[in-house]
Amino acid sequence: MSPVLRLLLQRLAISVLVLIGVSILIFFIARIVPGDPARIALGPNASQAQVDALREARHLNDPIVVQYGWFLRDMLNGDLGTSLYTKRPVTQDIATYFPATLELVLYAGAMMILLGLPLGRLAARFQRRWPDHLARLLSVIAVCTPAFVWGVILQLSFAYIWPIFPLEGRLSNGVDAPAAITGFYTLDALLAGQIGTFFDALYHLILPATALALSGIGQTARLTRSSMIETYRQPFIGMARAYGFRETRISRRFAFWPSLIPTLTILGLDFAAMLANAFLVERVFVWPGLSRYGVEVILRKDLDAIVGVVLVIAAMFLITNLIVDLIVSIINPRIRLAERKAKA
Amino acid sequence: MSGKSSSVAWTEFRSNPISILGLVLVVFCIALALFADVITPYPAHVGPIGDFTAINQAPSAAHWFGTDTIGRDLLTRIVYGFRLSLLMAVLVLSISMPVGVILGLFAGYLGGWVEFVLMRLTDIFLAIPPLVLAMAIMGFLPATLTNAMLAVTVMWWPWYTRLVYNVVRAEAREGYVLAAEVIGASPLHLMFREILPNCAPAVLTKLTLDIGFVVLMVSSLSFLGLGVQPPTPDLGSMVADGAKYMPDAWWLSIFPALAIMILVLGFNLLGDGLREAFDAEV
Repeated sequence: MSPVLRLLLQRLAISVLVLIGVSILIFFIARIVPGDPARIALGPNASQAQVDALREARHLNDPIVVQYGWFLRDMLNGDLGTSLYTKRPVTQDIATYFPATLELVLYAGAMMILLGLPLGRLAARFQRRWPDHLARLLSVIAVCTPAFVWGVILQLSFAYIWPIFPLEGRLSNGVDAPAAITGFYTLDALLAGQIGTFFDALYHLILPATALALSGIGQTARLTRSSMIETYRQPFIGMARAYGFRETRISRRFAFWPSLIPTLTILGLDFAAMLANAFLVERVFVWPGLSRYGVEVILRKDLDAIVGVVLVIAAMFLITNLIVDLIVSIINPRIRLAERKAKA
Repeated sequence: MSGKSSSVAWTEFRSNPISILGLVLVVFCIALALFADVITPYPAHVGPIGDFTAINQAPSAAHWFGTDTIGRDLLTRIVYGFRLSLLMAVLVLSISMPVGVILGLFAGYLGGWVEFVLMRLTDIFLAIPPLVLAMAIMGFLPATLTNAMLAVTVMWWPWYTRLVYNVVRAEAREGYVLAAEVIGASPLHLMFREILPNCAPAVLTKLTLDIGFVVLMVSSLSFLGLGVQPPTPDLGSMVADGAKYMPDAWWLSIFPALAIMILVLGFNLLGDGLREAFDAEV
């Protein structure tokens, strides 16, 4: 088996174990808190007989370990229970709300990579000179500011005072949502050939995606900078300088690529942080995503739905880290060369 | 470990103007929080009652940051918001830090099944974004100030466990630990008297950074309506409430938002300065 494949299978196995661990953790937290889930589900006006019937039907009288067994069996069958708030299966609710969140997070993630990496490279190239100081100050401010504060500031500046962007929502009034294929409005509009809808959806994405991306951009720039400064101390950079390569080329090729590996690993974590921060940004821009649903079910003590939302986000986090591992193992010459040797 | 004495670290810290800026901001915020009763112009406005003759006023000489929808002075409420945020951060970290550090010491030094169980447990906690885990815990508990702190505490310790674990793994092979072991020191002595002091620079640096991040987390929770409840002055819920009156009463959410930014920025700059001065890995 090739080393890359073996590494990935190992990581996949660990991820599945961690996900099961997360489900145990969240299930037990949901069960040890005071209050009878059946009573909460039925409300204060239900009769004791109704509560008892629901307790029986949902196995709430079994020992907690047995209850977890039932829960795990249902989860593996793709059943996360029924939301008390929407009266629909939790999986169906998540499928409705999650694409809007994921689309927002993906655009923010793209901004984080496309702006954060060059900013960090610039800072490292001009270390201890003014572009470095400026980039560091900007990134530390970006990191320190909660996403909802960026949301409020961006909304006030670019939607109220200087109204060049829409205030809220995913589409303008009067624009119909494209036929749902992926649930991403921009992609669905392109697939349906509706260019007008595509630009409208993109236009609505810019402010929330920026608010969400800013702390990630700062974090990426900081990491790239410190990682590249490490690389600049390596002998091969001195050798490249001795050969007379220009600084721009040294920065772009020799220093940047090796520095990407530690940065990428952290990028996975930043992406996960974005999934959480999306809750805050969605609130500001009235984005119809998982956040509105999540906060609503939390306020209503809708246990199954809360567990479902947490599990989906943890799964996304683990998938992101798997993808990052894959990319790292592809660009890391040590792993790549080991594979070539294994084949020869 | 840090190879530097504290006086060398202080000299290095002092030479960086950005670190000094952080220190100044932190001292400023702490001073405001400590002396809130004395320096705020309208200390009575902390509660639910304001001045009904001065509702929704824009910033002026009498109310530097304006007044809110029931005539309370915003500057006063922001300063008390600082006090609450800092108090919550200190309480959260004074529980989660020692717990995390001790577990990290055990996992790193004892190894074996202790290491396996503890480190897999931290993996599980760290696989859920902190805000989401805290939100979920709030979902199972009534939304009160104490529960919000509890929720943040429950998810914060694994970061210290992992940090200390990494430091311990590196330190346990150092000569001074082996020397102490050879002359018959007990494992507890080795962990707490030999290794623990050398975790201090990394832990203290992370602690400084974390005060800012706990403030950020707690204000995010209350922004979503899952933390501190009115009329307690909290920066996050002030931003959320004020956002309803945009853009006309812009000061209602912009000033609390900037206040959060300054508080977190101060601790972050200070923490970064300490990290560079001590050369600590965080």
